Amino acid sequence: MKIPQIPESDVTDEAVFLNRRSLLRLGATAAIGASLAGCPAANEADAASKEAAGASDRRRLPNVAPAPPEFRVDEKPTRERDATRYNNFYEFGTDKKDPARHAGRLRTEPWSVVVDGEVAKPGRVPLETILTPSRLEERIYRFRCVETWSMVVPWIGLPLGDVLARFEPTSKARFVSFETLFDPEQMPGQRRRVIDWPYREGLRMDEAMHPLSIFAVGMYGRVLPNQNGAPLRLIVPWKYGFKSIKSIVRIHFSEKRPHTSWNDLAPDEYGFYANVNPEVAHPRWSQARERRLGEFRKRPTLPFNGYADQVASLYADMDLRRNF
Amino acid sequence: MTRLPIHGIAIAIAILPPLLLAFRFVTEGPGANPIEEITHLTGDGGLRFLLLSLAITPARRWFGWRGIAPLRRTFGLIAFAYACTHLAIWALVDLGLDWNAIAEDLTERPYVMAGMAAWSLLFVLAVTSTRSAMTRLGKRWIRLHQGVYLAALLGVVHHFWLIKADYRPAIVHGGVLALLFAARLAWRLRNAPGMPRASLDSPISR
Repeated sequence: MKIPQIPESDVTDEAVFLNRRSLLRLGATAAIGASLAGCPAANEADAASKEAAGASDRRRLPNVAPAPPEFRVDEKPTRERDATRYNNFYEFGTDKKDPARHAGRLRTEPWSVVVDGEVAKPGRVPLETILTPSRLEERIYRFRCVETWSMVVPWIGLPLGDVLARFEPTSKARFVSFETLFDPEQMPGQRRRVIDWPYREGLRMDEAMHPLSIFAVGMYGRVLPNQNGAPLRLIVPWKYGFKSIKSIVRIHFSEKRPHTSWNDLAPDEYGFYANVNPEVAHPRWSQARERRLGEFRKRPTLPFNGYADQVASLYADMDLRRNF
Repeated sequence: MTRLPIHGIAIAIAILPPLLLAFRFVTEGPGANPIEEITHLTGDGGLRFLLLSLAITPARRWFGWRGIAPLRRTFGLIAFAYACTHLAIWALVDLGLDWNAIAEDLTERPYVMAGMAAWSLLFVLAVTSTRSAMTRLGKRWIRLHQGVYLAALLGVVHHFWLIKADYRPAIVHGGVLALLFAARLAWRLRNAPGMPRASLDSPISR
């Protein structure tokens, strides 16, 4: 391991420090979930110097199955510090830097998720229970924001369909929706009503059950940083990033299409489907190109974010211009 | 023309934002999306220096700061320089000088149209900002240069149309512009109505 050279002035601030502590605890939880005892975390001083060097000190997730070829894009992953310091997470503020600054207030442990609606097994489910029976898997996916920036991230998580199936959705369950935590104490961005909190997103059941859709609990080999949606978030790689809701506390199954935050806010701009589509412009800007974080020039955006082979059939009979 | 080195101060203020950004890029690294940062810096800079230029006349009138009158042009030209950089990044870096993409943006994206209209107006104002152009155009010069309010308004609209949900920054810019315009109207109403005000607005008046 490389030993970073740190000036003594680079002291980790308290919020980051506390955040690290809670992440370390979550790491332990996730390790239990993955039914494997992990090796103990490095000592604090070592962790602090790594933090200052910009290296990650979050708890490494053990026993992660490597990404199978169909779930691994053959592109260079975005630098971890870019993917963790340039975030849209309005719960912590609307500036891209706000989430990394303020997410240290979020307590990710204990964490539980309310499951309700059209399911045989509703209830409040602890995060550990959600993670327990499955082995965590790596997925290296493209991620495309509706704002025309993009990244490639090695996520760690579970197939969404496997988790949802355990709650036994009834035959009436045609949609599944998710809610982010609402707690302005922990999420200071919620003190202003930029969005009608809590943030909500949803999928059609067939989209949710698709093998590409995952619940992510980690990235870059370690637990998710709070600003990236710890401890539990959605990743639906063929859709614009706003569909991949963060810090989930509720899963609701319904017969009717659920209300979703951006669609409610501006229905002509953000569709319920929000599939990445270079041909269908946002009413105010083009979606034909995107800029990878860390790159200068923009590159062409791919239909379904490059996952057309795997997901286009889900929308075979739909007009994608109308159902954007 | 000036006893105080006001132009030097103005230019020092103008280069401060890019210097601070460059300093941050050097010390902390360029971050995830430096092009976006430069785009925002030059866009905000263009609009804010334009508002600063518009604030000179009200400040001169209400506070009697006579010596600052020439700053109107200096800040206006600084705003134009920011707008040129902003435009160049969009055309060269964002769109890679792909003329089809540029044409599409210019014809289909209202925010691009508003921004381009603002830049074009600033271009005309910049090339007619010389003393000789002022003499040549005479009374028409004043008419033409009142267009700076339209350029600022187009700049605010351009900004507004790019925002997803948090409109605060555009509201602040728009609010300042409205205040400056109100100050101009108030001055007009306070002074004899019907009297031609144009002569008072002459940029050469000191």
